[in-house]
Parts: sequence; C-alpha cells; structure tokens
Amino acid sequence: MTSDPAPVANAAPHLLDVRNLATRFATAEGCVQAVDGVSFHIDEGETLGLVGESGCGKSVTSLSVMRLIPTPPGEITDGSVLFEGTDLQTLSEREMRRVRGGSIGMIFQEPMTSLNPVLTIGRQITEALGIHLDLNKGAARNRAIEILARVGLPDPASRFSDYPHHLSGGQRQRVMIAMAISCNPKLLIADEATTALDVTIQAQILELLQSLCEELRMALLIITHNLGVVARYAQRVAVMYAGKIIETGAADEIYTTPRHPYTKALLSSVPRLDAITTTRLTSIEGEIPDLVNLPEGCAFAPRCRWVVDRCRVESPELGPSGGSHTAACWEQDRIDHDRLAELQQS
Amino acid sequence: MTGESRHADGERAAASSPDGPTLSVRDLQVHFPITSGFLIRRQTGAVKAVDGVTFDIAPGETLGLVGESGSGKTTTGRAILQLQRPTAGSVEFRGVELTSISAKKMRPFRSEMQIIFQDPYGSLNPRMSAGRIIGEPLTVHGLGGDQDQRLERVAELLKRVGMNPAMMGRYPHEFSGGQRQRIGIARALAGAPSFIVCDEPVSALDVSIQAQILNLLSDLQTEFNISYLFIAHDLSVVRHISDRVAVMYLGKIMEMATSVELYENPMHPYTRALMSAVPIPDPALERQRERIVLAGDIPSPINPPSGCVFRTRCPIATDECGEVLPDLVDHGGGHQVACIKV
Ligand SMILES: Nc1ncnc2c1ncn2[C@@H]1O[C@H](COP(=O)(O)OP(=O)(O)OP(=O)(O)O)[C@@H](O)[C@H]1O
Ligand SMILES: Nc1ncnc2c1ncn2[C@@H]1O[C@H](COP(=O)(O)OP(=O)(O)OP(=O)(O)O)[C@@H](O)[C@H]1O
Ligand SMILES: [Mg+2]
Ligand SMILES: [Mg+2]
Repeated sequence: MTSDPAPVANAAPHLLDVRNLATRFATAEGCVQAVDGVSFHIDEGETLGLVGESGCGKSVTSLSVMRLIPTPPGEITDGSVLFEGTDLQTLSEREMRRVRGGSIGMIFQEPMTSLNPVLTIGRQITEALGIHLDLNKGAARNRAIEILARVGLPDPASRFSDYPHHLSGGQRQRVMIAMAISCNPKLLIADEATTALDVTIQAQILELLQSLCEELRMALLIITHNLGVVARYAQRVAVMYAGKIIETGAADEIYTTPRHPYTKALLSSVPRLDAITTTRLTSIEGEIPDLVNLPEGCAFAPRCRWVVDRCRVESPELGPSGGSHTAACWEQDRIDHDRLAELQQS
Repeated sequence: MTGESRHADGERAAASSPDGPTLSVRDLQVHFPITSGFLIRRQTGAVKAVDGVTFDIAPGETLGLVGESGSGKTTTGRAILQLQRPTAGSVEFRGVELTSISAKKMRPFRSEMQIIFQDPYGSLNPRMSAGRIIGEPLTVHGLGGDQDQRLERVAELLKRVGMNPAMMGRYPHEFSGGQRQRIGIARALAGAPSFIVCDEPVSALDVSIQAQILNLLSDLQTEFNISYLFIAHDLSVVRHISDRVAVMYLGKIMEMATSVELYENPMHPYTRALMSAVPIPDPALERQRERIVLAGDIPSPINPPSGCVFRTRCPIATDECGEVLPDLVDHGGGHQVACIKV
C-alpha cells in the first residue's frame, strides 16, 4: 500500500522519495513500531523539516534511509527509499557505503559516537575525501582545511592533527558537519545537528548549510524538535507523532493554518520570542504515548480536544487539506472551521 | 549592604517594594583556581566563572538569567545558595548576609532557598521512592510533624504539582521526564521556600511537557509569592517566564532590563546578536528578520579578552573596547547596559 500512486518512471523524479517506510524494534517490553508507514520526498536544493517530540521516530526514519538500523533488534519491514531513482534498499552493502558520506551526507545526533576517537580529525576527513572524491593526499589535506575553516573551526590548519577529545562539544559538532559536507553531498541529513550548541553557533552552522543549499543546490533534511529552526530554514515541513507523519505541506501553510490538532497544539505550546503578552501557555495535557502500547485508532486521540468516537477505533491516513498540504485527522475540516470562527470573533 | 555599590543605582527600581528585595547580590565573584605542577601544585591562574555580578530580586519576582554555555549562570545560582563559596562580593537574603555565615546559621535558609535542576533524573536519588524524596526536606528541616502529617503533606504536594498521590511509592525510573521534573518541584516546595533557583528546569523536556511545567511554575509563584532566579539558554522561554532578564557573557552581566524592554529595545550588541539568532516559529516573519551572525566561539574564561569581554566577537568593537572595562550603566527605567558604544 503506497500513499503516492504515481508510477516512478514518468513522474518528475524526486531526489529522495521515501515511500511507506516501516521500521520496528524487538524489545523486552514488546515490539516497537518506531516508523509506521512514512512517506515523504525532497527535491534538489530544497529543505524539508522533519519535526516532532522525543521518541516519535525522527532518527529511526533517517537511519532507515541510510540503512543504519542495527539488525537485530531493528528491522525495516516495508517500503522503499528511492534516491535519484534507485531504491537504496536493493543496493549491496558495498554500494551503500559509497552512498553514505558521498552523495548523501549525514550529521548524527551524537557527535562523539560518530567520530573515531583514535584518529585525528584531519585523517577522518581526508579518508572520506580519498574514498569519495578520489583526491590525492595533498589535495585532500587542502580541501579538509578549507572545509574546517568554512564551518568556523578556529585555526583549522593546526587543528588538523588534533584528536576528537581535544575539542569542545561545539567544535566536535563542527567537525562532524565538515565531514558530512566534505564530499559535496546532493542530500544532507542533519539530525538535531545543532541542538546541543549555543544559539549563536547554531545560527552560524545553519546559515552555512543554507548557503550550501543555495550555491550547490544541495537538498537538506533538517530533523529537529525546534519549530523555530524549521520555520527559518525549511520550505516544507513534515510533523511526526508516534511513528507516523501526521501533517505535511509548505511551511507557511503548516504554521499559519495547521490542520492536525497535534500540530496546532504544538505550535501554541511553545513560548515565542516575539510574544506580546506573557500569558499562560496552551499546554497539551497528558504524555507522549508509549510505542509498545499504542492506543487503537489515532495515537493522538487520548490527548485531543476534538476527539470523536471514530478516532478511537480507526487510524486516519494523510488526507488532502488543500494544495500540497495533507493531514491525518478525521476531523480536520471541523478544526479548520473552528479556526475560522475564532478568527472572525477576534 | 556590604561590598561595592558601584552598580547600585539601577537596582533601585527593582528594590522599591516596601520590604526590600528578597535577594541582593553585589559584585559577586567566583574564581576557580587552576593549579599545575606534579609534586608541588601551584595556582597558575583562575577561571573567572562569575566576575562582578550585581542584581536584586523582589518578592514574587522572576529574574531570568540567559547566556551561552559556560557564561557562569549555574555558578551564579550555586554561589547565591552558598553551595559554592563566592570568592568575593555579597549575597543578602532578606537582609541577612550569607557569604560570611556559618554552616549552622545557614541551615534555616536551606529550606527557604531551593533549587530545581535541569536533569531531574540525575538529581533524584534512584533508590528512594517519590514519597521519600519529597518528604525528606520535611524531616531534615523538622517541618513535617508526625508520620501521618508528613504523608498527608507529601500527598498534598504531589497533587499541587499535578500528580496522583497514589504514585508516591514509585521510583524515579518509573516516571517520565516531565513527571520527574514535577517531583523535583514538589521536593523544592516542601521546604516552603521564598526563593528558588530554577537551573534550566525545562531544557531537557519536550515542548508539550515544557509548557505544562512553565505553567506550573507560574501558578506556584502566584500562589506562594516565590521569587525565582530562572536560568536558561533559551531566550524564548526566559522572555515568557521572567519579569526582568539579565544577559550574561563570560561571567559578566552585559545587559539587564524588564523582559518587555529587553526584547523590544535590546541595546547591547551581544543581546542583539543573541536575539537575532533565536528563530521564531513563523516562516513569514522569519523571512523579514534581521540576522546578525557572530563569528567564532565564546573565548576561554581562563584568559578572557581585555577590556570588554565581548569585543572579540563584537560587530561594532573598536580599539578602545580593548582598553576600557565597560560599567553596567543605567539608561533609564532600570535598563542597564555594559557597552561604551551605547
Ligand atoms: N535500537 C533500538 N532498540 C529499541 N528501540 C529503539 C531503538 N532505537 C530507537 N528505538 C525506539 O524507537 C522510537 C523512535 O526513536 P527515535 O530515536 O527515532 O526518536 P526521535 O524522534 O529521534 O527522538 P529524539 O527527539 O529524542 O531524538 C523510540 O520509541 C525509541 O525508543
Ligand atoms: N568546579 C569548577 N571548577 C573549575 N571550573 C568550573 C567549575 N564549575 C564551573 N567552572 C567553569 O566556570 C565557567 C562557568 O560555568 P557554569 O557552569 O556556571 O556555566 P553555565 O552558564 O551554567 O553554562 P551551561 O549553559 O553550559 O550550563 C565555565 O567555564 C566552567 O568550565
Ligand atoms: Mg532523534
Ligand atoms: Mg549551567
């Protein structure tokens, strides 16, 4: 069952086209369906923001795309990941290694686990350059220093022979970013790449990534729980909740006319720098659901203001909300109607 | 009031409540010695974690403390609570000077001045039930009465922070992050505090849970007239919760004003850059906003720049900034700025 019925061959192919992806983990408590039928696409030069709260499946989605799910306990059970028209799931492990760090770069959530502690940072970058760009030693060294300078690492030439533990957390994260962009990837996946950094450093890094998208037509998948970052940098947004994308569309539409009650609630629960009054925040009652014991029907139903009987038995698919905007909610028309009524009142 | 009062003028507005401020901090300094040498350890320098911080907090008021990692926010909070002995300066709590007080005389203040931590998991004893964690301050400070009264009080506190008293017997690992933070808040409330240092209390929480905790903290403040020092690196959160905000950089306050004034009229180049770096969840607005991107990292506090500590990253710094140490000057209405260019 694919939610996008267009055949691969004749539609203008997306750079990355993920269809109906499903990934689960076997755990002591039971089976965790971490990603449950996720579809999205990204075009050249475009930035997609994948947002959602902790545990909703953002990282597992990106690791599944890169085929980095530890198996066991994890397993991709369904779906396809088309990159430039080729299903990455059909590649051999050797072919996949050329894709990783080559045409698809990735910045992981945990910098320390993805840098090799016994190799100098220079060596780690030049190694990747050797594999993917076929540069000789001197050229690779020059390119590595140039990229380290670009990500704002102070004094890159002398930092070249440092080991990861010599660097601060923020500097390590910049090295990770340098590695990920060193081979001019067509797609960069940035999983909470700047979350641990100070806002001024976050701004430096994200401005750099944005300029790479503009100059080199690089596509960017920003994974974050920060709704502000997505508003600033992404053209399109996909909102995840409990393993599913529950709303997606152009950023402007999602932020101004959210159709899914979760998106709506999420947006009104964050304090804004530009808020005029400091009144109470609209909080979402209850907790994020446990993926092992998901309720029947819509996973958001237990916390939803608009819940009706149907929501508790039948899980909604993404349905049209106008243009490219889709939301997985039975009651989305009523929610939109309520929003318009509220607008008229005020 | 002891210590320096060079900056005191701008503080009057905040201190204007009839009973005076709950907390008065004057020229607070915390320097950590750096030692070296193999057999004979010698002090070879100091980390100036907090370097001349002055502010007041009125009863029922929230002062937000923002700044990048390592700017000295946590150390300021710990020094106020005397969990870290200040190197110099004065901390007066309800008129009593705490920096020179004995551990014994400090004890009654320990229940009145509380702290809530960022990592609710790390700060809760994993081998104690929620009930014991919350009840312990009652026992320690002799506030609890007999066993039954204590249990009743714990149940009441759990209810007050939005939890089911039946959960009293559970252990920290059986709770979600948001619930653990509620337990941390209940424990702080047990001592009937009039002042709480909230050190990044919502930074580790998901946005939907963050809103619940921020609302809870506001409600408790209104109900019990508690003063907060609210430490966070998230400016949006700080703006939301605070009456006034102080912006720290390398151990110093760069700017301080009411929260509305600071966000509408930031004067210090660092505050301006910091605010422009915070994205607002509104794509249309974001397309129009000015972006000031600061180069480089925050310098090492071991060897801070001369003059203004921000000058190495400052877009408007001149040679003069390396020579003059800017004072925190009042620009009207308690809006204080430490910059010779404004
Ligand atoms: N190796 C694993 N074994 C078992 N469960 C896993 C494993 N990796 C992830 N999960 C589960 O899959 C779900 C989705 O996790 P994921 O890491 O994708 O969340 P996320 O959206 O990236 O959250 P965060 O914002 O905290 O990074 C979670 O419930 C998590 O516990
Ligand atoms: N016990 C200590 N010994 C030596 N240096 C310390 C000690 N505690 C803190 N420091 C240093 O003092 C400076 C200020 O640290 P502090 O923890 O107060 O910063 P912070 O503003 O709370 O940062 P963060 O946002 O990362 O929590 C840092 O440079 C830190 O390394
Ligand atoms: Mg993740
Ligand atoms: Mg701190």
